[in-house]
Amino acid sequence: MLPAAVAAMSDALGRTGNASSLHSSGRRARREVEEGRERIAEATGARPSEVVFTTGGTESDNLAVKGIYWARCTADARRTRVLVSSVEHHAVLDAADWLVEHEGARLRLLDVDATGRVRPETLRAALAEEPDGNALVSIMWANNEVGTVNPVQELAGVAHEFGVPFHTDAVQAVGILDVDFAASGADALTLTGHKLGGPYGAGALLLGRDVDCTPLLHGGGQERDVRSGTLDVPSLVGLSTAVTESVAAAPHRRAELAALRDELVRAVRAEVPDAVVNGDALDAVVAGGPGRLPGNAHLSFPGCEGDSLLMLLDANGIDCSTGSACTAGVAQPSHVLLAMGADESTARGSLRFSLGHTSTRDDVAALGGAIGSVVERARRAGRGAPAAVTG
Amino acid sequence: MSGGVDSAVAAARAVAAGHDVVGVHLALSRTRDAMRSGSRGCCSREDASDAARAADLLGIPYYVWDLSEEFTRDVVDDFVAAYAAGETPNPCLRCNEKIKFAAVLDKALALGFDAVCTGHYARLDPSVPRLRRSADADKDQSYVLAVLRADQLRHAMFPIGDTPKPQIREEAARLGLRVAGKPDSHDICFIPTGDTQGFLREQLGSRPGDVVDSASGEVLGTHDGVHGFTVGQRKGLGIDRPAADGRPRYVLGIEPVNGTVRVGPDSALDVTSISARTPVWASGVAPEAPFGCVAQVRAHGGTAPAEVTPSDDGVTVVLSEPLRGVAPGQAVAFYRPCEDGDVVLGSATVAATH
Repeated sequence: MLPAAVAAMSDALGRTGNASSLHSSGRRARREVEEGRERIAEATGARPSEVVFTTGGTESDNLAVKGIYWARCTADARRTRVLVSSVEHHAVLDAADWLVEHEGARLRLLDVDATGRVRPETLRAALAEEPDGNALVSIMWANNEVGTVNPVQELAGVAHEFGVPFHTDAVQAVGILDVDFAASGADALTLTGHKLGGPYGAGALLLGRDVDCTPLLHGGGQERDVRSGTLDVPSLVGLSTAVTESVAAAPHRRAELAALRDELVRAVRAEVPDAVVNGDALDAVVAGGPGRLPGNAHLSFPGCEGDSLLMLLDANGIDCSTGSACTAGVAQPSHVLLAMGADESTARGSLRFSLGHTSTRDDVAALGGAIGSVVERARRAGRGAPAAVTG
Repeated sequence: MSGGVDSAVAAARAVAAGHDVVGVHLALSRTRDAMRSGSRGCCSREDASDAARAADLLGIPYYVWDLSEEFTRDVVDDFVAAYAAGETPNPCLRCNEKIKFAAVLDKALALGFDAVCTGHYARLDPSVPRLRRSADADKDQSYVLAVLRADQLRHAMFPIGDTPKPQIREEAARLGLRVAGKPDSHDICFIPTGDTQGFLREQLGSRPGDVVDSASGEVLGTHDGVHGFTVGQRKGLGIDRPAADGRPRYVLGIEPVNGTVRVGPDSALDVTSISARTPVWASGVAPEAPFGCVAQVRAHGGTAPAEVTPSDDGVTVVLSEPLRGVAPGQAVAFYRPCEDGDVVLGSATVAATH
């Protein structure tokens, strides 16, 4: 967490007060929550009433996808198509799958190009297949694995051509890219604390004032009657501090992280010349901003099993990620890379390196020093079994 | 690390001995909801999480390796094929031979590790290499390790073989390992229901044949497939008439080609000579001359003094006392008796009995 967020949250932990209560400690808590809401709104181009506090990205995504789906279906039973990109986080993909299995939804997965980006014409063609049958569109702002940034404003505009609400999972974007909820045209936007230097378990759904959304959680109706549950005041204080701080520092940090990331890629390719960068070009531009997340380096190492690389790098004190694992812990080939057209073997031999506010040039140098022998050993160990079909 | 107490203590001992240890749990099943109650498979979610907790407590990294494809091919398919061929396979033995000390070991060596350490009850001096029975005679697993070649044994570690199981549980409790009281596993891990016949029926379907009296050749009944029978089996023969002498009848032999199951009296079960194929020698050197040893044909029990004669296509084992329930497909392991624990000389797969 950012030091300022730790300080603000620690301070708040020492105070009692239920933000829903009318007594003085309740009023004080309410004030902290509402000031936090206003700060988040200001930092993200939203109105305070559009900030719905949640427990994080998963809840926000579920609320947006299921809640908007239910509201749209209730208004018109023909609207059962859920259009989501094939590279979404599982919080969106699995929520959509659940709607298919239990609520009569029809899933329309949107193809991405080789960089992992949804093209506006892809969305337009998909919406036009059944203009009266579309419930909602959900396309992430920036991909969590390969870092590709989508042209959100343009995509939201396409959805609106058909009168369909547009949700974007901006968990990776807020606090590092320029995210302006109003300017983006999105009807709903997911953000979460732990990705921007705030606490775990605290996030928000920015939900347009005129967007109908059926609640997932029923009860006291604390958050605009869209979300119930006693608010976790200290976490929300930490969250709002982190949002304010990270958004203010974003332009500077973007440049810093991109430079460090470019250095990382250079260092790795100096040792492993056949390593391939996945996603968009490092210097790509989309809608006037970066075409890929500045702190993201996603690389494929031909002939290696991602598992082996991760294990050997871990032994060298370097943390990285292969994508996702099933509940028993078996690494799965990334659905993002597969959707981008990679074969299974490439998908399994890939690693994501994420740089953040604690990353240093020494970290990058340490990776450069280790990666050559790590890849050599992983190549000797060869491929394990191809991926499990289920997991 | 299976998630059980034995591999957890084995890992703890390896860590205590100063080794650089990484915990590996093997994912061997392709079914998504492998979480089971009552019965423990090699790859249930609960076991994976028990293994992870043990590794966390020991302060070692922990990974899950997906070897489900190798396991399916080399162990499960082999198991089914052996039954279809009228043999009686031992999948645990095959798993040690092909998975734990082959697929896992090869990958580990390539990644820069020196050995695969498991919670098997056996004692090993890897430098010779010399494999011996465990100190706990009831738990001894040297039989299912007797298929390992010298080059596999040189990279194996069995740190708990010198300790009786109750003490292993005490040690686990002392270390704070939650699995200290976890029940032992007994079932074949990929048949968690314990219903081997049902599993084989599902895999092989119906392959009808006759149940025939071994002496007279008379057809006594029919059956749905030779995979329903094991040599020495008494129950479930599907014969509605008692034998002429009123004594129980047993499966004496299985002829998979024509689907015939031969039955007869228990006296005909006595085996005094075994032809066995594909011998493996723990020392890495095949003996040239006949040698005396103790032969063992099952994981527990079933031992007899024997003379083993190597030949071009295997070995001949002449038993000095008859053994029962010896079936093709089983392993016969050879031991040199020793006060500090019988030494494994090697093993071979039973091809025929006399």
